[in-house]
Amino acid sequence: MTRVDVQQKVLNENDKLALSLREVLAENGVYCPNFISSPGAGKTLLLERTLELLPPDTQVGVLTGDIQTDNDAARLARYGFPVRQITTGGSCHLEARMIQRALEDWKIESLDYLFVENVGNLVCPASYDLGENDKIVILSVTEGEDKPLKYPATFSRAGLVIINKIDLLPYVSFDIALAKENVRKVHPDAEIIEVSSTTRAGFSDWLSWLDNRRRLCAAHSAASVAS
Amino acid sequence: MHEMGIASSVLDAVRKEAAARPGSRIVKVGLRIGEWAGVDPESLRFCFEAVASSETSEAPALEIEFLARQNQCKRCGIVFALERFQIECPRCGAEVTEPVSGDELELAFVELEES
Repeated sequence: MTRVDVQQKVLNENDKLALSLREVLAENGVYCPNFISSPGAGKTLLLERTLELLPPDTQVGVLTGDIQTDNDAARLARYGFPVRQITTGGSCHLEARMIQRALEDWKIESLDYLFVENVGNLVCPASYDLGENDKIVILSVTEGEDKPLKYPATFSRAGLVIINKIDLLPYVSFDIALAKENVRKVHPDAEIIEVSSTTRAGFSDWLSWLDNRRRLCAAHSAASVAS
Repeated sequence: MHEMGIASSVLDAVRKEAAARPGSRIVKVGLRIGEWAGVDPESLRFCFEAVASSETSEAPALEIEFLARQNQCKRCGIVFALERFQIECPRCGAEVTEPVSGDELELAFVELEES
């Protein structure tokens, strides 16, 4: 009997692909956020509003994942940016190979942003690196404040948590202070922004966060090329 | 429910190890799974047995080491398991401590029987 010590990540193949995607995105100065939430938290509307409100000369590509239908791609395509639907056909999350395949014939060098909308699911997307710069988790006020505690794998990996649908706060029992406290319990450094995609409240904060992160990542990759 | 995909990835990685030793048979597979990996060990075990036995008559044994979420205090150095999401240091009271384990989803070892 031979025992071989392997000591590698189970998703090593996915991670290798993600790493090469991350390098390609960095070389082309593209900032890529991976949007994760439960179904119905408002990912697609948040992206629609974001596409609508970004400065006019911004170039964005959008990949949107769903188990079935291209409804989200049709909604997002109305803003004049290239959008591609990834239909996973049953799989509950996106994987790096799906992103790679979707980008095969795209000119990503012209993009400032590549938005990736994951399949609505707070469990499985956490395991799969897609080559993104940040995982952004959207939590809506119609959900429970304890979602971060129930799904720590996802929330602990999020660079930013967006609390969405804050226009509904007067009508629901959601305790926003408790929700933030729960986010910080599983991820002390997570940034949190409150928005409403309906009233556009909080969008100036969200858009400036996005712009800052894009600049920071571009400067970082320029510095690593220079060195 | 992505354990089926994870099980397939485990088998792919294990087969690579076996292929490097022609004629060998996979007897046992060792995994390390963290509490915050987002993977259910029992569900993974079920999927692993289903995927492995659909291809070979006898599925390899699966050994899963489950790792609790542990943080380390930067001030006093103690490593402690998180209980009820309390990240404060239980010894010196420091408010912010850093995770040291609990995210793992790793293939630790493979046992092969060589003919």
